[in-house]
Amino acid sequence: MENLIEINNLTFSRSGRIIYDDISLQIKKGKTTAIMGPSGIGKTTMLRLMGGQLVPDKGDIKFKGESIPGMRRNRLYEVRRQMSMLFQSGALFTDMTVFDNIAFPLREHTKLSESIIHTVVLLKLQAVGLRGAADLMPAELSGGMARRVALARAIALDPELIMYDEPFGGQDPISMGVLVKLIKALNDALQLTSVVVTHDVTEVLTIADYIYILAEKRIIGSGTPEQIKNSDSPLVQQFLQGEADGPVPFHYPASSIAQAFLGNES
Amino acid sequence: MNWLINLGAHTLERLEMFGRAAYMLFGAIIAKPQPLKMLPLTIKQIHVVGVQSLLIIVVSGLFIGMVMALQSYTVLVDYGAEGSLGPMVALSLLRELGPVVTALLFAGRAGSALTAEIGLMKATEQLSSLEMMAVDPLRRVIAPRLWAGIISMPMLALIFSAVGILGGHIVGVDWLGVDSGSYWSIMQSTVDWNKDVVNGIIKSIVFAFVITWIATFKGYDSIPTSEGISKATTETVVFSSLAVLGLDFILTALMFGIE
Repeated sequence: MENLIEINNLTFSRSGRIIYDDISLQIKKGKTTAIMGPSGIGKTTMLRLMGGQLVPDKGDIKFKGESIPGMRRNRLYEVRRQMSMLFQSGALFTDMTVFDNIAFPLREHTKLSESIIHTVVLLKLQAVGLRGAADLMPAELSGGMARRVALARAIALDPELIMYDEPFGGQDPISMGVLVKLIKALNDALQLTSVVVTHDVTEVLTIADYIYILAEKRIIGSGTPEQIKNSDSPLVQQFLQGEADGPVPFHYPASSIAQAFLGNES
Repeated sequence: MNWLINLGAHTLERLEMFGRAAYMLFGAIIAKPQPLKMLPLTIKQIHVVGVQSLLIIVVSGLFIGMVMALQSYTVLVDYGAEGSLGPMVALSLLRELGPVVTALLFAGRAGSALTAEIGLMKATEQLSSLEMMAVDPLRRVIAPRLWAGIISMPMLALIFSAVGILGGHIVGVDWLGVDSGSYWSIMQSTVDWNKDVVNGIIKSIVFAFVITWIATFKGYDSIPTSEGISKATTETVVFSSLAVLGLDFILTALMFGIE
């Protein structure tokens, strides 16, 4: 199976803090790959690196064999038309209606006539079940609806790669179920390659073909959902079971509490 | 020694900020302009920053003109020179008050709004999502706002001066009884097109450029949190007001200082 994205020996740090230390991973074409890990370890950063919004300190990121950090700006903008990203907040343009939000990438990048754009937008909205909401403003949508509109916008140009940033975060069980079903259906119907960044274990185990678990600046486990479930790594098991304390400590690093109370911390 | 280290760090930080601001400006208006796509966006922004600032500009201009006339009259009348009220009001407005007061009002009314809007677009990931949709936010969001500011503020300054001169007429002629003919005719013979009107326009173009540059950059460079945006908005108003007053002195010295 061909790799759409290959990350080799990537090291990335921000404001002096190392976020990734020598990471390698592959995103296979036509598959759904999940990147999981506790919050605050920079999962979103990984997507921004893949999209070329951030540049790694060391190592390489290849999209279809072409190095993303090494691209010239114009080429990068061309390549970005083949990918799209679903942001955690949806990132809809608040000054446009739902319809115009979805029409936006079409109007920017194609020369389609307005009547074709109208058809395409309605089809995309129908796919996410929100054709009736075409004339609403983003402020009038619930969180789950906004994310579905953002999903419709993300697939407007029929990209090859779609990156989901915490697609299930903060959703009620019903909209979570809707989103899981949608992501699955879209992948099967459009033959997309998907990267899902999340910490919602149960949802991911049902939709992912391959899973990477990130923690402590590196990959602590990878494999198919079956392999991950049966992993004997205590770190992976702590994450899957949601245990409060374990290899990932409950306490943020600090001096001992006795010292803190006695006031001779330094 | 510590203060020296702080000074150095502070200077480097400021220089870095200037670098980022110049980079933004370059990306927004110098690198590959796309006039056809930009025109409708710019017109929309002219409506937001220009047309919607009209009311505050007209009201302020009217009152400043009226106060100018009242103050000048009380001094001039002692020397029997109240006929010079027209040029007095017109010159003050065209050379100084028009460009400067408009710029200060513009910074508070439109500059702060620009910063807050762009900062919020950044906080809600709208700028990032434009980038990921292969649309350059510098050209799509920043450039139309920069142009709109540079185009509308000089017009606002002219409107301010014109309304101010009418305000001076209301107080000086209609209320205090200065002769209407001398108000207009001495003004006409004293005010010089190039020296007074054009120089005032040049001033307001410079101010407009500086204010919109600061406002868009502060929004674009803001830390995307509520404190970050509120700090950026405050800085826009403070920095652009100081820049306007400082630049006004330099420009005045260059234009009127050395004869």
